[in-house]
Formats: sequence, structure tokens, C-alpha cells
Amino acid sequence: MQMVESEHKWKAWLYLSPAIVLLLVFTVWPIINTVRMAFLENYSGLKAVGGMTFSFGIGNFQKVVKYQKFLQCMKNTILLCILTVPISTILALLIAVCLNSIKFLQKPLQTIFFLPYVTNSIAIGMVFAAMFNIVGSFYGSENEIVVTAGIINNILEALGFHKVNWINSGSSYGANITVMTVYIVWNALPFKILVLLGGLQSIDKQYYDAARVDGTSRRRIFWKITVPLLSPMLAYVIITGFIGGFKEYTSIVGIFGEKMGPPDDALRLNTMVGFIYDALSTNNQGRASAAALILFGIILIVTLINLRVSKKRVHY
Amino acid sequence: MNENTIEKTRIRQRAVGALVQVLLYAFLLLMALIVLFPFYWMVISSLKTLDEYRMSVPTFFPRRVMLSNYADAFTTANLGRLFLNTMYVGIVSTLLSLVITILSAFAFARLEFKGKNALFGALLATMMIPGELFTITNYSTVTKLGWMNTYTVLIVPFLVSVFYIYLLRQNFMQIPDELYLAAKVDGTGDFKYLLKVMIPLSLPTLISITILKMMGAWNSYIWPRLVANDEKHRMITNGLRNAFTETTGDVNYPVQMAAVALVSLPLFLVFIFLRKYIMKGVSRSGIKG
Repeated sequence: MQMVESEHKWKAWLYLSPAIVLLLVFTVWPIINTVRMAFLENYSGLKAVGGMTFSFGIGNFQKVVKYQKFLQCMKNTILLCILTVPISTILALLIAVCLNSIKFLQKPLQTIFFLPYVTNSIAIGMVFAAMFNIVGSFYGSENEIVVTAGIINNILEALGFHKVNWINSGSSYGANITVMTVYIVWNALPFKILVLLGGLQSIDKQYYDAARVDGTSRRRIFWKITVPLLSPMLAYVIITGFIGGFKEYTSIVGIFGEKMGPPDDALRLNTMVGFIYDALSTNNQGRASAAALILFGIILIVTLINLRVSKKRVHY
Repeated sequence: MNENTIEKTRIRQRAVGALVQVLLYAFLLLMALIVLFPFYWMVISSLKTLDEYRMSVPTFFPRRVMLSNYADAFTTANLGRLFLNTMYVGIVSTLLSLVITILSAFAFARLEFKGKNALFGALLATMMIPGELFTITNYSTVTKLGWMNTYTVLIVPFLVSVFYIYLLRQNFMQIPDELYLAAKVDGTGDFKYLLKVMIPLSLPTLISITILKMMGAWNSYIWPRLVANDEKHRMITNGLRNAFTETTGDVNYPVQMAAVALVSLPLFLVFIFLRKYIMKGVSRSGIKG
């Protein structure tokens, strides 16, 4: 028996060795090194290769949080988070509850609602850009030669509204954020509907039967039975929603391109992840590391707050 | 309560029920329409002539179907080369990743060794850290290794996924111990047992992992742009964005939409044929791709 165990021991490590080697190089070392670079003043990989040494300090963090560009990135990221997470969660909950209470067409509709999940966010972002774009020589207020106002504006005008400059030169920050919110919510719905519908289908039908016998109203059933029993799934989609929201980047590249903003105001919609990559590609690894640690800190805090709140509210 | 009022309440209840059903369907169909609209707009725009696309009153079905937009898109974005690059990276990284995942999951699920639980816990903890934190150092690591602008740099750094190991370990642990002990008695080695019993029994999970990994390669954008953005190694998402840099203003949208449709097509095919595997993997991860 003793022999079998010791034989197992080296076998287990043998089986694990490829994963462990790769994790050491591409996961464990990066964690250590990122912390190290963040605490070396003005660390730059290029200068380090040139033989420069850097002193220890918290200068990178101080610079990053005072940096106007970073604050703009943080504002965009947080704004998109607090807009898209509640909207997509409520909408997904409504759709899931409705889907759960119909029989005819349930499966085909479920398939349709999952469809946006299996898409490329850059590619479909380009479709959204096409839908919101005003085609023509569009220079803000003067010299407008609008060829076609774009399908969204066409629909708005058909409904009696005015057309809006959504993403072109001269568009407002609010219009840009609206477009991003619509796209991110559209993208976030399928995962949330999938999880919430799965949760709804696992709720014991007896609760509903009992409520119906008692003559409980639909609204009361929703708030007193459905939402409490669904709360673990709701907590799950909200937490993953926030984590994904704080890492928003490619959906903006999809719509606005790498300029990260309308043509006349590049980087207006840049996010925290975008800031990290910009710092990295200009060889400011110290600044990038500090920003990445701040991002990690924010995600950690938001997750902990969510878990605390759900501990009080979630019924397991 | 006389019979008349009971009858009345029953009719009222039925009427309310029917109205609720109508509202449910109206809401769901409206939402489905909104969800589908971008796909519809992509397809019909890709088939229009530029003149028709630019008409101030939009048409909802192309007057003249321009399939040549697809040929133009294919050459403009050099989609053939991008497609081959992406398939190569996707297939190689999926195969290697499956081998690593299976071996690790087997060790965690079936073998006993000191520090197993601590190691597994440490692996799970790394899942909380945003990937951007790793990228900064990995960028300098691959530069030092001389991997810039190679296929290696697109494949190796992401071979280990803690999430996949976790998923497969859960699956392996559901296989009863008796099977393993019986195999031991028969003198079957660990490796043979893994190959003949555990892998076939976990096939659905392995298929889920394969699809998610392939989709990940197809949709990856940030890392490839950073480390392999040359003509020879460029991946499809990156190539698409590079080929059509203008998003606003006077853009040749029919060709651009044709390119977008071509890039989306493989994903739709996977969706149609393998939907249940994707949904199974996705509902447990929350990770896109």
C-alpha cells in the first residue's frame, strides 16, 4: 500500500507538470512582477533593458489617480457599469419570467434570445455603428450633406422624433454613452436570460400551486416567491455583470474603432482596460501595473459588497 | 355567493388570463425583434448596392442582390489568410489545451497527493484576478523569449484554463470509485483507465471546452493585436477591424457588412449545430469565449 501511494505521488505531479509549468510562467510570475513594477517609480521595460534602475515607491499610483486621462477612463467605465448592469438584469429577468410562463414558441424564442451570445463583439459592433451612423459629409452643425441618416434615425423620424447625431463628428457624450449602453445591454442579455431561466425552471411548482390556491395576486407571487427563490442566480448575474462591466473595452472598439471616441474627440470613451493597454504599448509598465492593481481592487471591493448584500438578501 | 357571480368571476379570471398571455407574447416578440434586428440589417445591407444603401429612405429588402459584395469583402480584408491563421491557432491550442486539462483534472479528481486541496484552491483563486494584470508581464516575457509575431505567442500563454480544469474535475468526480477500483483489480493502468473510461464518459464536457476554446480563438482581439499584428500571423477579428478602420462618415457599408457577415457565419453554424454544448458550458462560467 505504501508503495502504491508513493508511486501515485510522483505520477500526480507528472500529470500536473505541464499545467504547473505554464501557470508559473504566465500566471504566478505575472502576479508577482506586476506588483513589483507597480511599486517601482516610473518603471519602464525599455529603460530597464537599458540598465536603468528604479527606486521603490508609490509614485505610479499617485500619478495614475491624478492623471486626467485615467479619471476620464474611470468615469466612463463606472458610468457604463451602473447603466448597463441594472438595465440588462431587469430586462433579462422580465424576459426570463415571461418565457417561463408561456408554452407555445418557448423553445424558438429561447434560441433567439441566446443568439447574441455567439457573436464577435467587434464584428457586431460594426453593425451597430452602421445602424447609428449618419452617412454623408457630416461636419457638425455646418456644411451638412446628409446622404442617409442611418436606420435608427429613420425609425426615430418615422415615430415623430428628431434625428440624433449618435456617433459622428460633433456628437455629444450622452449620445455616445446611449449607443454604448444599448449595445452592451444587447450583448449582456443572453447570458443573464440563460442563467435566470435555468433558475426559474428549477423552482418547485408546488410553491406556485399553493399560492394559487390561496388566491395570491401575480405581483405578490413575483415578489414573494419568484424573486427570493431566484436570488442566488440574480446575485450571480449581477456580480459577473459588474466584473465584465469593469473590463469593458472591445465593445467600444467595435463601435468607435481604436480611436475610442467620435472622430473629433478620440479617447473620449476610453475605459480602464483601454488605459492599461495604452500605457503598456507606450512602455509605461509601472503606470500600467498600478492601473491594473487599481482595477483589481475595484473589482474585489464591488464583488465583496455584492456578496455582503446578497448574504443578507439571498435565500439559499 | 350564488351561481351567477361564480360564473362571472370565472369569466373575468379567464379574460384576465388571456389578456396577460397576449401581453406576454407581445413583449417577448417585440424583444425578439429587437434582438434579431442587427442580424437582419447586417445581411440585407451586405446585399445592397452602395447607391441603394445610401438612399435617404431605407429599403428593407435589397432591390438588386449584390453577391459580389462578398467577393469584394473577401479580397479587401484578405479573409482567406486570416481564416487559415485563426483556424491553425484555434485547432493547435484546443488540442494542447485539452491534453493539459485532462491530465490536470485527472490528477485532481482521482489521484491522492500532499497539498492537493491547497493547490486546487490556489488555482481557483487566480480566476478572480482580471486577465489584464497578467498581460502586462506576459507582454515582456514573450518579448524576451523572442516570440513576437509567431504562432507560438498566440497559442502557449493561454493553454491552461483553470476554469476548464475545474469543469472537467467536477465531471470526473461524478464517475463512481467502484469503476476505478475494479479497473485496478483487473490490472488496468491509470493512463489506460483515463483513456478508456473517463474520457468517453466526460465527452459532453470535453466538447463544450473544445467549442468555447475555438470560439475564444475566433473572437480574441486584445492579445493578438498586442503581440502578433503582422500580415503573416494576424487573426480574424483583428484583421476585420484593421481592414475597416472608418466607423463613421461615408463608409462603403455593403462591403463592410459582407465582411462582418462572413466573420459571423462560422459562429452561427456552431450555434445552430452545437447549441446545447455551448449553453451547458456558458451557464457555469459567465466568460465570453
